[in-house]
Amino acid sequence: MKSLDSILRELPFFAGLDEEHARLVGGCARNCRFEPGQYLFHEGDPADEFFLIREGKVALDVVVPGQEPVVFSTLGEDEVVGASWLVPPYHWKFDARATSLTRALGIDAACLRRKCEEDHDFGYLMMKRFLPVFVKRLHTTRLQMFDVYRKR
Amino acid sequence: MTVPRHSALVPALYRVGEVYRELPDTVTLRLVPESGRRPPYTPGQFNMLYAFGVGEIALSISGEGAEESFLHTVREVGAVSTALARLGVGARVGVRGPFGTGWPAVQDTDVIFVAGGLGLAPLRPAIRRVLAGRGHYGRVAILFGTRHPAEMLYLQELEHWRQRLDVDVSVTVDHADALWHGNVGVVPALIARTTFDPNRSVAMVCGPEVMMRFAVGALREAGVPDERIYLSMERNMKCAVGLCGHCQFGPEFICLTGPVMRFDRIASLFSTREI
Amino acid sequence: MPVGAKAMIVREALQGLFDALVTEGYRTLGPTLREGAIVYDDVRHVSELPAGWTDSQEAGRYQLRRREDAAWFGFNVGPHSWKRFLHPPLELLWSARRSGDSFEITVPAAEAKLALIGVRACELHAIAIQDRVFCAGRYRDDSYQARRTDTFIVAVNCGQAGGTCFCVSMGSGPKAAAGFDLSLTELLGADRATFLVEVGSEAGARMLERIASRPPTEAELAGAQAALERTAARMGRKLDTTHLRELLREQAGHPRWDEAGERCLSCGNCTMVCPTCFCTSVEDHSSLDGAAAGRVRLWDSCFTLDFSYVHGGSVRHSTGARYRHWLAHKLSYWIDQFGTSGCVGCGRCITWCPVGIDITEEAAALRTPGRAKRKEVTHEEP
Repeated sequence: MKSLDSILRELPFFAGLDEEHARLVGGCARNCRFEPGQYLFHEGDPADEFFLIREGKVALDVVVPGQEPVVFSTLGEDEVVGASWLVPPYHWKFDARATSLTRALGIDAACLRRKCEEDHDFGYLMMKRFLPVFVKRLHTTRLQMFDVYRKR
Repeated sequence: MTVPRHSALVPALYRVGEVYRELPDTVTLRLVPESGRRPPYTPGQFNMLYAFGVGEIALSISGEGAEESFLHTVREVGAVSTALARLGVGARVGVRGPFGTGWPAVQDTDVIFVAGGLGLAPLRPAIRRVLAGRGHYGRVAILFGTRHPAEMLYLQELEHWRQRLDVDVSVTVDHADALWHGNVGVVPALIARTTFDPNRSVAMVCGPEVMMRFAVGALREAGVPDERIYLSMERNMKCAVGLCGHCQFGPEFICLTGPVMRFDRIASLFSTREI
Repeated sequence: MPVGAKAMIVREALQGLFDALVTEGYRTLGPTLREGAIVYDDVRHVSELPAGWTDSQEAGRYQLRRREDAAWFGFNVGPHSWKRFLHPPLELLWSARRSGDSFEITVPAAEAKLALIGVRACELHAIAIQDRVFCAGRYRDDSYQARRTDTFIVAVNCGQAGGTCFCVSMGSGPKAAAGFDLSLTELLGADRATFLVEVGSEAGARMLERIASRPPTEAELAGAQAALERTAARMGRKLDTTHLRELLREQAGHPRWDEAGERCLSCGNCTMVCPTCFCTSVEDHSSLDGAAAGRVRLWDSCFTLDFSYVHGGSVRHSTGARYRHWLAHKLSYWIDQFGTSGCVGCGRCITWCPVGIDITEEAAALRTPGRAKRKEVTHEEP
């Protein structure tokens, strides 16, 4: 069986990570599996573990009173689920639900935060990988807000 | 005395052969030439459609049909489009065209179609052309984004494409309800999730300009060179023959050098405000 | 007489030319005094010409003045240009009649052929530019082409420069060099007035043969030449055209556009008086009973919001952007589109701008790098 470190380095998201750093991340990671309909986390829960999807699909939704939950984004292979683990108070702001059989790498947020804090070089490398994901997500959210296909 | 004159400014008569209801406010008209002969066209070109006494608008050709006809998908947004969308079978319309440039005819490359909303209409004839000669291309991907699952154009045809094993079809919506099990998000995000060889690909993009800006960004990020990206531009088209000046985009007349334009040729204009 | 030949006629002999043109079926058009300006209209008799009048022009100002002599062509250009006749402000493109579910389309027949009398050098260039716009591209404007094929042009060399003239900068004047059937230089001698006539075409030669003429003297030729040189030296404005095409494209973000936008009223006067501006719109009409419909073409202006309207709004919504489009089109895009500048230096846009925006001044300002405009910030000293 492959070790988590080597699985990790095969993921495009962590491509090019050196052995030492892969070991650091791998030490915080575990394999997870979610059945269709199963929640990865709920709004308000502590953001103690985030996920990197290896296969499957995850829908992010928010609950609107009197309505079905509104899905505002879906994520797939090699995408990161969750950003709130990076910023205090480390609580999820939405629900994440698997819409098909999903296999993911779960990463212990507190563990990774601690390692980043202990080794700022490593922390900086992690930030360089996560920040572009979140900035891009902000940009696409803006495009979504423009509602470009609406009738004017 | 008045005599009929054949000129690019005078419409030819067409008859509505069929009306297909696409969405509550959108139909596809099958327009049959009264002359019995439809002029040749290239996917991506447009016609000027005239509703008797109401006016004329530019509409891209969304395909061809039986009886040498043109297909045009019309959404009710203004007086003319509303008049056209409400025509019945047998009604006559004026048609001038086809005008403008078409999508590039390429071979032996990967082809990525990126469509947003009604932007799927001008791409449909190009998609049909590629699928008809599927063996001549590498990977083929159709990435389509729309507002809501209930506003999905050409639903049946999309489903038909999706069932083919040799085409990668990805659909995404901006807003969804719980009944939707597909992607939620914007169409440029699908580009990063699609497998293709950026240096051997041609991308054809059509949709609202803001969506195209984001799509171009995602294509460039994926490594597609500017000269392999094609966009269909929209400007105010009145005469369609480069004589009225309305459709200018910097030095370009969109009706002559567009609507389909290679991105590297307009890159500097694309980022200039109010050009 | 061969093309290029020169002859002298007494001034009154010009009436013979008018008569000959009318006999040949031409509608004769020329300058005449109306509504406080010298405009172009139907003129059949030399007495209708603005004898003894001139115009004084500056940015945002046009004034008729009495001359000290009785010159017939002693003025520059007024608010009209010949495009009013060759590319009319309103033109029926076609009409349609409904029959049952269908309709039938007919187009209007050709009109009388035109003789333009008193065309200036800048205007000859403007006509040549519109010829390229309408007849040299992938699509041809049939009705424009029909009018141009039969046009007879009598040019007039300018004996003076106007306050807003800059044809020398644009290489379009003051001498009428080509594109005419006959050209006239008005010579006001102490005893009698004459015209030096130059033959520009075989049609021109045939017309000249119908009136009495004699060969010019050396002194007369020298006098005409001196008058043109004097005009060339006294241009009211100048425009540096070096790399103008590139300059306008590169300076799309120059703050000067916003400044011009703050002054500009978006009235569209400059586009209406410009002899090369060709933009049009179409209007569709139908009769009340819905049985008849038609499409007319009207002059349009890129200064209106409607001009760049696409579903949802106008592309050029700010006045600055519309001014930029007009100027960049005229001096830069035109070269890409038609291989020539769209400006002939006639100065009309300067004269007829109600706030006196000066194309030569605006183009020159772009050569001085400007700082990108920022929100105004009040600096408070600590």
